Amino acid sequence: MADHSHDGLVSRRDVLKRVGVAGAAAAVPIDAIAQATREPFETLTAVEGATLEAIVARLIPTDANGPGAAEARAARYIDRALGGFLASSRDAYRTGLAGVDTYTRAAKGMAFTQLTAQEQDAVLTDMERNAAKGFSGASFFFNLVLSHTIQGTFCDPFYGGNANFVGWDLLGYPGIRLTATANDQRMDVAPKPTHMSAYDFSMFSRKKPNAR
Amino acid sequence: MPVNLKPTDVVVVGLGAAGGVAVLPLTQAGLEVVGLEAGTWLRPDDFAPDELRNNFRGWPQAVQKANREIPTHRTNRNAPLSPRQAIHPMMNAVGGTTLHYWAQSWRLNPWDFKVVSETTKRYGASRIPKGSTVEDWPFGLEELETYYDKVEYEIGVSGQAGNIKGRIDPRGNTFEGPRTREYPMPALRGTSFTDMMADAARKLGWRPFPGPAAVTTRAYQGRAGCAYHGYCSRGGCHINAKGSTAVTSIPKAQATKRLSVVTEAHVTTIEVGSNGRVSGVNYIKGGTEYFQPAKVVLVASYVYENVRLLLLSKSKAFPNGLSNNHGQVGRHYFSHNQIGGVTALFPKRLNNWYGLPAQGVAVDDWADDNFDHSGLDFIGGGNLWVYSDRRPISAAGMSTYGRAPRWGSAWKAFIKQNADSWNISYLQKTTLPYEENYLDLDPTVKDPLGFAVCRITADYQENERRVSTFTQDKMVEWYKAAGAIATEKTGMGTMGPTTHAYGGTRMGDNPETNVVDRWGFSHEAPNLGILGASVMGTSGARNPTLTAQALAWRTAERLAKTWKQIAT
Repeated sequence: MADHSHDGLVSRRDVLKRVGVAGAAAAVPIDAIAQATREPFETLTAVEGATLEAIVARLIPTDANGPGAAEARAARYIDRALGGFLASSRDAYRTGLAGVDTYTRAAKGMAFTQLTAQEQDAVLTDMERNAAKGFSGASFFFNLVLSHTIQGTFCDPFYGGNANFVGWDLLGYPGIRLTATANDQRMDVAPKPTHMSAYDFSMFSRKKPNAR
Repeated sequence: MPVNLKPTDVVVVGLGAAGGVAVLPLTQAGLEVVGLEAGTWLRPDDFAPDELRNNFRGWPQAVQKANREIPTHRTNRNAPLSPRQAIHPMMNAVGGTTLHYWAQSWRLNPWDFKVVSETTKRYGASRIPKGSTVEDWPFGLEELETYYDKVEYEIGVSGQAGNIKGRIDPRGNTFEGPRTREYPMPALRGTSFTDMMADAARKLGWRPFPGPAAVTTRAYQGRAGCAYHGYCSRGGCHINAKGSTAVTSIPKAQATKRLSVVTEAHVTTIEVGSNGRVSGVNYIKGGTEYFQPAKVVLVASYVYENVRLLLLSKSKAFPNGLSNNHGQVGRHYFSHNQIGGVTALFPKRLNNWYGLPAQGVAVDDWADDNFDHSGLDFIGGGNLWVYSDRRPISAAGMSTYGRAPRWGSAWKAFIKQNADSWNISYLQKTTLPYEENYLDLDPTVKDPLGFAVCRITADYQENERRVSTFTQDKMVEWYKAAGAIATEKTGMGTMGPTTHAYGGTRMGDNPETNVVDRWGFSHEAPNLGILGASVMGTSGARNPTLTAQALAWRTAERLAKTWKQIAT
């Protein structure tokens, strides 16, 4: 087998080394807007979760091409995984999300969640280009969130993302089949989506992995 | 004091591709064998088609000792360590990485055994790259042919022969060496996409053919034929179509009642007696230390761990590590020049969602010495491979070919249209060993037990860079002939931990430059055998597993036939 697939693995040491926000973590004011009524997060704080939800909604927006990361519940996938397999990235999210907030308040005078979509895109672009002043490790954090957002939008729904298969439908992925016929592999054929998780098949439902 | 176990004839460290094959000829010959495996048994219902778990999370459902001892890497002896990989490319389980490998099961071509003499004969000795420590193998393809054949029939390899006893069949690889008979099963089926690629290759005057795979294409020895459902790359097969040693040679060896499989056995060191012969193996299981005495020890724990185990096993007779009195353990390391690939964007959907990475079309015209290198500045070449395999997360991770940003609405529109319109080729290229590339023990990084992990010091050299550029250019040409509207070359990557690692305990007649003899037994400790690609001195331009398995069978057979000579 080859190991040249686009797995995007990031080591823990990388995360800890590259993400660090210039003393900003403690300076996050509590943004109380409408947090109380929301579905609670499993790992992130309400403020962190709200910021993350706003970010993923811009990375893969809801638009004329249909549902995006919001409907896929990508932020909920990340939140859950940060208490499980992605636990080693928890600190990166703590400092990174605080960094987003600090940078946005300094540059725009308000929280990321309060910006217009266009302003949010500008902040994310600054981060992507590592041009967010005072926000060290911004592009690393941006890439980390982008890779996790893609996971959360296109993974098996068992893990809490790709809700209602919106991610797979966006790609035109016809879904898990335990047998693919020669016809299912023809270029001029678009097999009907199965809309099943791997763990909806009885063979695999007996040994579910940790969903976090 | 460790618990002293009942002595056995042979202890095999690692029941993966190589060890898992070797146990069969040994037990069939009547020898008592203990197989020590760091992982556990996995069953078909462990193999859900779950991309996140298989491709991103390193198989959390199984014991993965390997993930706690990932080798470190640096590009040269003065360079700092590269960022450490988070997940080991190989896995632990009975069957080892044959559970989740691509199962491409190639024989090497005749040239691969004679790189030095053939290059010298055709182009002159000056064409051997400077600093390379490459040697001819101690034998040619014809010596290994018998064992390739045995393994192909034992684990069930499907494919299309291109050369049966010198009779060339253009439906197969016309560059392969003579084989005695057909594959046991026909090749995996083509798809309309792979057919389109094959047609384009023919248009260029090249000779495309379906590749060989340890995957059934019909019912074979109680296993079902492949269902083409996908998730085969780093995924196990829930219908046992993939010829993992866990469902082929290992159960067959168990049926002889002479193989005892010990799972979750963490081997720490190999013991050496005062006579300089190995006496057995120390391992930890469930927190208890054991000593398994054996007349012969076969190490089959993959390149990095084979080398590490030898170097960690210091004794009076071998103060610098077992079988290392000539300083050759860890030398002649190389990892396959396989990362630099080409991706392509087509103006239509390819429907590559199903199928497997072994289901594809190969071109060997630009591999090895299959073309004239007179006017070129390198030796060797690459095998071009295009296949049907796609999973949703990796599909969404596609390049946008400069036509869209990496995120946002424009990106979303782009992947909506193109997620199934791109393809990635797999280009395996000649890679040579060099003086400067080697494995040793990391002086600072340890595993949780406190043992040093393996350290890789290696970088691609000029010959590898030139082969890479040449091969990528050929692939671009092929994609364009098939109608691609954009292509992109991927970088070469590093020589860090990989599934295609070679050397470290090279095989050869000269004990000054090789660790094991032509049969796979140590030049210094005669009852120690080494199995796996660590004995290989060249890579060829194709996957190593079948060659490692053929060599393992040959070493095991040699042991059985000359038991008294080796064991006493």
